Parts: sequence; C-alpha cells; structure tokens
Amino acid sequence: MVIAAPQTVDVDVNAVIDKLKEKFPEAVKNDTRQGYKGVIVDKSKLVEVATSIRDEFGFDYLSSATGVDYLGIADEMEMVYHAYRTTGGPALVFKAQTPRDNPEIPSLIDVWPGVDFQEREVWDLYGIRFPGHPNLQRILLWEGFNGHPMRKDWKEAYFEEDHKPFESRWPAGHVHRIEEKNAYGHNVMYPADLDLSRLTDTSEESLYNSLGLGVDVQDLTGEGGIKTDRLVVNLGPHHPSTHGVFRMVVTLDGETIETLDPVMGYLHRNHEKIGERNSFLQNMPFTDRLDYISSMSNNLGYALAVEQLLALGARYQPPTYRAEVIRVLMAELTRIVNHLWSLGFLLNDLGAFFTPMLYANNEREKILDFFEATAGSRLMCNYMRFGGVFKDIPERIHSVVNMVNDKVRDYNTMDYLTEMINERLPRFMDEYERLLVNNEILKTRTVGVGVLPADRAIAYSTCGPLLRGSGVAYDIRRSDPYSIYPELDFDIPVGQNGDIYDRFMVRVYEIRESLRILKQILPRLERTKGEEVVSKFNYLGRVPIGESYGRVENPKGELGYYVVSAGDEKGPQNPWRYHIRAPSFINLTALGPMSKGYKVADVVTILGSIDIVLGETDR
Amino acid sequence: MTMYGQGILRGLTITLRHLVRTYFNDMRYMGKKYFNQSEFELRQGMKTEGIYTVQYPEEKIAVPERFRFTPFLVVEDADHPERPGEDWCTSCGICAKVCPPQCIWIVRGEDPVTKRPIPEPQAFYIDIDICMNCGYCAEFCPFDAIKMDHDYEMASYDRTTAHIHDKEKLSKPFSYWLNIAPTTANEEAEARGSWEHSDTVKSKKKAGVPSVAYTPTTDPSQVMQMIRATMPEPAPAAEAAPTAERSAAAVAQAGPSAEDALKAERLRKRQEALARKLSKEAGSQ
Amino acid sequence: MSDLNLRELHNTEFPIPDELQSNLAITSLSKVYNWSRRSSMWPLLFGLACCAIEMIGTAASRFDFSRFGMEVMRGSPRQSDLMIVSGTVTKKMIVPIVRLYNQMPEPKYVLAMGACASGGGPFKEGYNVVSGVDKYLPVDVYVPGCPPTPQALIHGLIALQKKIDGQSLANMDDVPWYGVGPSEPTPIPILGPDVIDPRQMDIIRRQAELAALGKPYGVRELPAPQMKAVVAAKGAAPAAAAADGGEVDAAKAERLRKREEALARKHAAKGE
Ligand code: SF4
Ligand code: SF4
Ligand code: SF4
Repeated sequence: MVIAAPQTVDVDVNAVIDKLKEKFPEAVKNDTRQGYKGVIVDKSKLVEVATSIRDEFGFDYLSSATGVDYLGIADEMEMVYHAYRTTGGPALVFKAQTPRDNPEIPSLIDVWPGVDFQEREVWDLYGIRFPGHPNLQRILLWEGFNGHPMRKDWKEAYFEEDHKPFESRWPAGHVHRIEEKNAYGHNVMYPADLDLSRLTDTSEESLYNSLGLGVDVQDLTGEGGIKTDRLVVNLGPHHPSTHGVFRMVVTLDGETIETLDPVMGYLHRNHEKIGERNSFLQNMPFTDRLDYISSMSNNLGYALAVEQLLALGARYQPPTYRAEVIRVLMAELTRIVNHLWSLGFLLNDLGAFFTPMLYANNEREKILDFFEATAGSRLMCNYMRFGGVFKDIPERIHSVVNMVNDKVRDYNTMDYLTEMINERLPRFMDEYERLLVNNEILKTRTVGVGVLPADRAIAYSTCGPLLRGSGVAYDIRRSDPYSIYPELDFDIPVGQNGDIYDRFMVRVYEIRESLRILKQILPRLERTKGEEVVSKFNYLGRVPIGESYGRVENPKGELGYYVVSAGDEKGPQNPWRYHIRAPSFINLTALGPMSKGYKVADVVTILGSIDIVLGETDR
Repeated sequence: MTMYGQGILRGLTITLRHLVRTYFNDMRYMGKKYFNQSEFELRQGMKTEGIYTVQYPEEKIAVPERFRFTPFLVVEDADHPERPGEDWCTSCGICAKVCPPQCIWIVRGEDPVTKRPIPEPQAFYIDIDICMNCGYCAEFCPFDAIKMDHDYEMASYDRTTAHIHDKEKLSKPFSYWLNIAPTTANEEAEARGSWEHSDTVKSKKKAGVPSVAYTPTTDPSQVMQMIRATMPEPAPAAEAAPTAERSAAAVAQAGPSAEDALKAERLRKRQEALARKLSKEAGSQ
Repeated sequence: MSDLNLRELHNTEFPIPDELQSNLAITSLSKVYNWSRRSSMWPLLFGLACCAIEMIGTAASRFDFSRFGMEVMRGSPRQSDLMIVSGTVTKKMIVPIVRLYNQMPEPKYVLAMGACASGGGPFKEGYNVVSGVDKYLPVDVYVPGCPPTPQALIHGLIALQKKIDGQSLANMDDVPWYGVGPSEPTPIPILGPDVIDPRQMDIIRRQAELAALGKPYGVRELPAPQMKAVVAAKGAAPAAAAADGGEVDAAKAERLRKREEALARKHAAKGE
C-alpha cells in the first residue's frame, strides 16, 4: 500500500485552448455564450480533436459526457465533455453541437472507453445517435419505450407545468391524487397509434440477441476436450448480492465468466427530468436520494455547483469559514459512514455473513445519531444550502419525550464528536483491522481477483477507491481542491495491484485519513464558534446565467453536477440542465472487462468492491 | 512462512469478545440497563460496548429536537386567552411554493362577503405519500406556522383515507411545538421578539398595546400566563365564560354585522373540531 | 359488527347465532395459528431504494427485528412470507416485483415502506415511477415517511402482526388460500411503449379507439373545485343566480347525456 504525496495543481487551460485552436483553426471555436466555458468543436472533427486533447495535451481523464437540449434557445442539441488530467488541475470543457432533428454526434468510445454508458444514456434520454458506438441500446429505460424523455418537448403522463411551483397548489389548491387525472391511474401514457394486437414484452429481446445467443444453453468443448455448457445467467434485479435492483446478465462457460452485461434502470426515478422542473433550491433534498448512504456529500457537490454560478452574479456571499468547516466535518463523517457500510457489505458478499457488517453498522449508527440531531434526519440530511448550511450544529444532542416509553439522551455535541473521533472510531478501526486485514480467507478470495490495471482504470473513467486501488493517486480533494481541503493535512492512499484487496485496503486507509482530517477539524470548530453559518439564499433566489460543473470527491468517487442556468423572462429559477455525473454509474463500465475470466462467485465480490449504490447509478 | 489459521483464530477471538462484552455489560448493570433512564443514555452513547439494542416498543429513542417527519400546522392552544384555536398560518403560500415535490395544497382564506383574502387558510392539505420530509416548509415559513412533527408512528392499513392530511389532522397546538422542540421554539420566539404570532405583535404595536416580550422558557403554561398578564383589560366575567360564548359576546358588542357573525361561526366550528380532536387523541392514549 | 358492544359477549346469556355455533374450536385454533404465523414472519431480502438502507438498519443489531421473529431474511421468494417494498417502484421494476410476489407462497403479506412504495413519493411525477405498489399488489400495511426511521418500520411490522392477530380461520376472506384450487396469480405487467397492466386491457382498448377517432383520451377532467361552487351559490346578486341556474341546467343535461352513453356502452358490451 502506497500513500501518495499531496498533488500540486497548476494547469493553464486557456493556454491549452489557444494551442488547440492553433492546431484546429477551423474546427475549434471559443464558446462565447454568457457564462460558458471551453470550446465548441465541429462534430465532424470531434474524434480527431478529442484524440489530440488526450494524447498531446494530456487530458487523459474524461470525467463526464452529457447531452443538453437547447430547444427554444438555439434549437440544437449539444454534447458537453469535461476532460481532466489525472495529475490534477481544472477541466478542459469541449462541446459538440447537432441539429435537433436527426441528431448525431460521432462516438468517442475509441478515445475514452469510459464514455460507453454515458453515450448510451444520452441516446436513451435524448435520442442523439452516436455512430461508431458498438452497442447503442437504451440503458435506463427499456427497449420499446415511447420517446426520449429528457427532450424538452417530451411530457410525461403526470406533467403539470414546466416550472415549479405549480399554479394549482395555491391560492386555490384543491387536493387531488394526480392519478385521478389520468384515466389509467398508473402514471402511463400510450402513444395515440398504439397497436394493441402486438402487445408482447420485447424489451429483453435485443439484450439477449446482443449476446449472440438464440438459446439459453449451448454446448462447448473446452480445453482438454471436456464438454461444458455455455449458459446465460441473470443475476438480479432481485439478488441479494447486487446491492439493490441491479442486474448482471452473464454468459458462462462452465463456471467461468465469458461476458457480463450490466443491466440497469430498475431504479431510474427521473431525477434529472424532475430536477429541471424544480427550482435550484428544491433540488437539494432530491440530491440526498442519489447516493442515499452519503447524502451530506451529495448536498455539498450540488451546493458547490450552484455556488459557482452564483459567484458569477453580483450579490453573492460565499460561505463563512465556519460553514466550510462544518461542511468538511459532515463530508468526512459521511465518508466514514459510507466506507463502513461498503466494507461490511463487501465482507457480506465474500460470505462473512453479516458479522463484520453488524459491527460496522454499530459505529455507523453513532454518526447517524449526530446527523439526526444536526440535520434532522438519519439518512436524508438535506443539510447544505447555497452559501452556508441549514443550521449550526446544536449545542447539545438532545431529545425530548413526546411518546409513550420514550427514553431521552442528552450529550454535549462537542464532547460527543471529540470522543467519537478521538477514541471510539480509532479503537473500532484497530479492532476491525485485526479482525480482517490479514485474514487468510479474505486474502485468498481477494488478492489477484478482479484486477484493473491503472491505464484501463483511467480509460474507463473510473473514480474513487476503484481508481486509487489501481495505483492512480487521483483525488479531487487534492487535484482540484474545494472548500478548506488545501489547508488540511492528509494523504491519499493508493493500491498497487488494482485488485479487490487493494480497493478494500484503500477504503480502510481512507477511513484513517478521514479521522485524521476530522481531528484537525475539531479545533477549528471550537475556534469558530458563534460565526454565522446560515445561508442568505432566498427560496426564490435567482441564479445568474451560465454553466457550471461542480464536483466533489464523494466516498464512492467523483460526483459531478453539470448545471446550466438559462435565461427566461423572469430570470432563471430552474436549472435548464441538471445532470449528475454519478460515480457508481460510470464505475460500472469497468465491471464487464474486470470480471472476464473469473468465476461466478468472484463477480459478486468484484461488484461489491466497486461499491455501487443504485439510487445514483440509475438516478 | 505464514501459519494458516492465524487470521481466522484472531477473528474468532474478536467475535467472541464482542459476545462476551454484551453479556458482561448486561451483568454489570444487573438488568437495570433496561429500566433506568441514565443507563439508557449510557448505552446509546459513546461509552457503550457490545450490542446496544433499543427494545422498541418497550423503550423508544426519543427523537432529537430537529428531527423531521411529516409537517404539522401550529395553532393557538385551546386555552389561549385571546385567540383560542386560531391558526398561525396566514395562508401566504410560501410553503406550497417551496415544497420540492409540491405536496401542499392550500385554499387561501377568503372573506365570503368582501372576497378579500383573509390571513387564515380555508383548507390545507398535505399528501404524506408524496412528502419527502425535507423540512423546507418549516424552514421557509415566515410565520413559524408549519413545523416538522416528531410522531413517526403512523403505520396504517389504508392509505386512501389516512394519508392525505387535512387541516384538522395537521393542526396541533403551540404548546405541543414548545414541548417537542423547546430550543428551536425559543430561538424562533427570540427572533420574533415575542411569544406571540408576529401578526399579533404587529397589530398590537399598531394599537399601542404591549405584546408579550420574549423571556426564555420551555413551559407552555408559563407562556400562557405571560400572555394573560399583558391582556389589555381583563374582563373577569368574560374570562370565566366558555370561549365560544365569549367571542359571540364580543360579536354582539361590536354590532351584529354579517361579517362578524360568519367569523364567529367559523371560530366556533374550529374550536369544536379542535376539541373533538384533542379528546380523540386523549382517548387513544 | 363494529356497532356490537363487545362487553355483551361476556354475558353468558348472549345468544350465539346458529351459523357460529360450531366455531368455538376454531377461534382458539385461530389464535394458535395466528400466533405462529406472526411470530415467524420471514421477510424477503429485497431492497429497492433509499428505504432499503433503513430496512437493513432495522435488521441490524441496534433495532433488531429478530426480536419479532423476523431475523431470517430470505433471498428466495419461495421461502418468505412478507415482502417489504422498501423504496421507489419503477415501471421497469414492477415486472420483477409482481413476479416475485407470485412466487411467494401463501399466506403472504406486503408492507409498503415509505412514501414511494405507498403512493409514489417525491418522485411520483416521474415518467418511470409507479404511483404506489398497491396499483399492482394488495398491500397490508403502509408505513409513511421518507424514509421511515427504523422505529417507524417496526411500528409498521407490529401493526402487521396485529392485523394477523385479528384474522380468523373461520372467515374465508382472511384465509383465502384454503379455498378450492390454486390462488390466482397477479397478471404480470408488460413493458410496451409504456407499462401495460393486463387487467386494464379493456380500458386501454377503449381509449385507443377513442384516440383513433381523434377524440381526447387519457385525461379525465377533474370535477370543478368545490370552493368556487360554494362561493357562487352564496353569490347574492340575483343576476348571478340566474346565470347559475343556466349552468345547473347545462350540467344536468350533460349528466343525462353521459348516463345514456354509458348505458349504450353497456348494451354494446353485452352484445359482444
Ligand atoms: S408558509 Fe407558513 S404561513 Fe405561509 S401558508 Fe405556509 S404555513 Fe401558512
Ligand atoms: S417536508 Fe418538504 S416535502 Fe414535506 S410538505 Fe414540507 S416542504 Fe413539502
Ligand atoms: S420514500 Fe423516500 S427514502 Fe424511501 S425510497 Fe422513496 S425517496 Fe427514498
């Protein structure tokens, strides 16, 4: 295990852009729209320019690729790419535009294979085709779904208005269940030309066809003349090992994985479509429900993205120092919560059924108690606001009797935190490491399994412990720092072999590093006592026009929010585009290649070592 | 050379220790671990060892003050000397606007004769099958009229009848709020500068009557006393009479205008509803 | 029976109806049966969304629902009695959910945990979200909250146990699985252009026909807001009253027309 030295950051993106324009004088133009960054690339030259960006300019890591529908503003669709250097520094943003009717943009899958799922998602939700993509199928919805729902002119069955707040709520708000308005009552809307004679479920057909199989079982003759079967097995969507409603369709040669197709979308809750209807503030509690184990960090990422936009305007008060301290406190506690959870479940997947998970959960509950007392909820904290937080941490973690049999607790918050950070959690980690780290069974099952080499890890745009386990010291807290991380002293653990064990150890060390950060946070909390932390953002606050990409190092990896605020006559209240670059979703790109050649039982562990959460994968 | 089995043995010792510790703890407290308030605090705190199960429903963790479940509306207590049972909500609609999943429906109060809006909602619904317990309504209500409840025991067998909360179901007296969240209620009262509703404060200021200044307290009856103490001219007869009669008397004094009669009627109905609800709740407990 | 004063039952002179005469044995048998059923309720190990995290939190040692005999969470539907629908039910997921439910052996129970499973939750307006699992499956207990805390979930589980306690072997509605023949499986929804509930095929067909005729379909008008009606009725001006009268007549005619239409449809349906 290597602990990487802190990275230094110094990249001049403008110089890069100038050079890029020199090299491709026709194809590359500056994006001159108000509040926008980066360049617009002519789509016919896109692959060429992207290759050059990757190879010559060293932006080897494609963080996010997403579509935007500018209906009514420019009548164009747009792909937005954010590329970074794994050595650190700000983003190079480049875009490609295509007309709305018959939208088509060349696929970048040969340049960055990590764009695979993201392009499929854009095809699914926006209907932009990507010539060159080998498997352009719907990914979140099912084959046969009517339309591409993220397009601005696509309306769902329960559509009421384009923007919240809805008129029908006040002053004459007559309550109704919205399904009463829809004759089917199931939130459905069939196209007018629905052919009822051919109603069979074909949503799975193309999936199985793409496996090249017409039958479930096929005879194979393996090495040494042993006859085995090729078999298609579905793991999920209901399967205890998939951590939710995730599905893997694997073809097996005997016990060995030949191909693995992740199938997702079983928890696709239309986060982004709803997010574009919500006002900026209303999205905050929705972000809780992305990675529902680490809601505090989700909040932080979104707050950062919108604060970038707010900073473009005149009257913006950045968060106070204490607010930043509290944010980091919460983010790091969340990291511990998440890693405890994921370590426990990884062990669960290995067959250490529930004991390590229950131990970890005991400690997790202690942190949740603090969250509950501070933010009001154990899981869905909804704690950060633009330019501050919801409320200062309470003096006492304190409860009041209001039901029969209620038993109260009353602790001093600072004492509670101090004891937790300085004593309880380190003690627990000592014990946990003794329990697991050198355990033979654990090592036999994990060392050398699910190997992901560093170059592939970067190419697949993986992030978080998965990337660092492969030996890439890329952590946004260091490479593109935010909040007060620059002044804090901590290291970035990285692995060497890129196997499950390394990822496991990266998480263990990250908990240690988080504790180290938290120890530095405690005196800062004491020092700043009494400073104002509550944000001044009005509930109808307007956000200046522009785009922003706010990203944080979430426990599961890089969580990015691409937010576009466009103009309307009253000034923007709603994000025009609200996209989430979800670490779990993109990390899954590597699952298939990583599992090839291993046994079925290993796949469960490999998936566990990626540590996905479905709320974020499917959004 | 590694000795196989070492790690496993070590692991087993740790699990065994966990087991023993739990029972050892049990023995140390001789069972009173489960009956004693301070032991509960110890068990759920940082010092606990082994398993610390909460024996719900025999013992429940009292939720912290900021805990949020579904929202409720603050109304004046039934024994409020001036405006018993009246809403704090002015039907300004801010909560309905800020609610992220748009699950609040408000019918703004309207004077039946003059058709002018009056500061009190005619109807107020929250669909708790949509509500995401985010707390925005409570955070942004300028009148501290909607608050997050702590009652999470709401399981039901039927959602069509039980899950759209109407005004009657939502309304809870101010003393309840002061009870479940004393610190927050005090902070809010301090910000208002008074224990009374901010509109009352304003109107009293206009009339030149002093409103109840903020003095820290966590006892609802004390708040009531403070309010009574600043009552302009305590008419003892009216005080003793039931509130409904009293307000009717007030109407009579002011002269029998249709407007006032309607108002009195509304007030009476509300008080009745509140009383019904209170008695129902008392019965169920 | 709700108006029956239960105290009267203690009266030894209380007349026992003829049809209940032979059921005395069954009542105590029911008790044993219910007790054993509710004390070994095995939930399906099945998490959907955020609420699942709280469900696991409930299963973990701090809240520990094994105190209610529910510790054995089964991965297979064949071995479980209780489906805790813990999270947002999407259209893509409702198909496997119905399938799982069909695979569970009777007696089976469904607990809708959280706002999403009960009625759609905060994501209800989404195009891929089913507004409540009870649109497809019979739900026994709803636990509101987003997410319900572990204590709230246990409260729901206790409510379910109470429900089971109230059931009787003598009542066929309570124990339909002792009826003749296998129980009907819930039809599995189809993923077409949108999700299609086979039970609603008739309505869909009718709507599609309307659509083919160019008539509006899919949206049913809401009844006019009640408040407006009240205000209008109270409107003092006689002119307004006259206008109202006209409206009332129009509404009446409309109702009559609708009824006739419905009648015609019914006849047509019979004719088929
Ligand atoms: S914000 Fe407060 S005062 Fe305004 S309508 Fe809502 S509850 Fe009433
Ligand atoms: S808690 Fe949030 S979702 Fe619920 S009513 Fe209030 S604002 Fe709406
Ligand atoms: S009810 Fe709330 S917590 Fe539960 S699944 Fe739905 S959004 Fe998540």
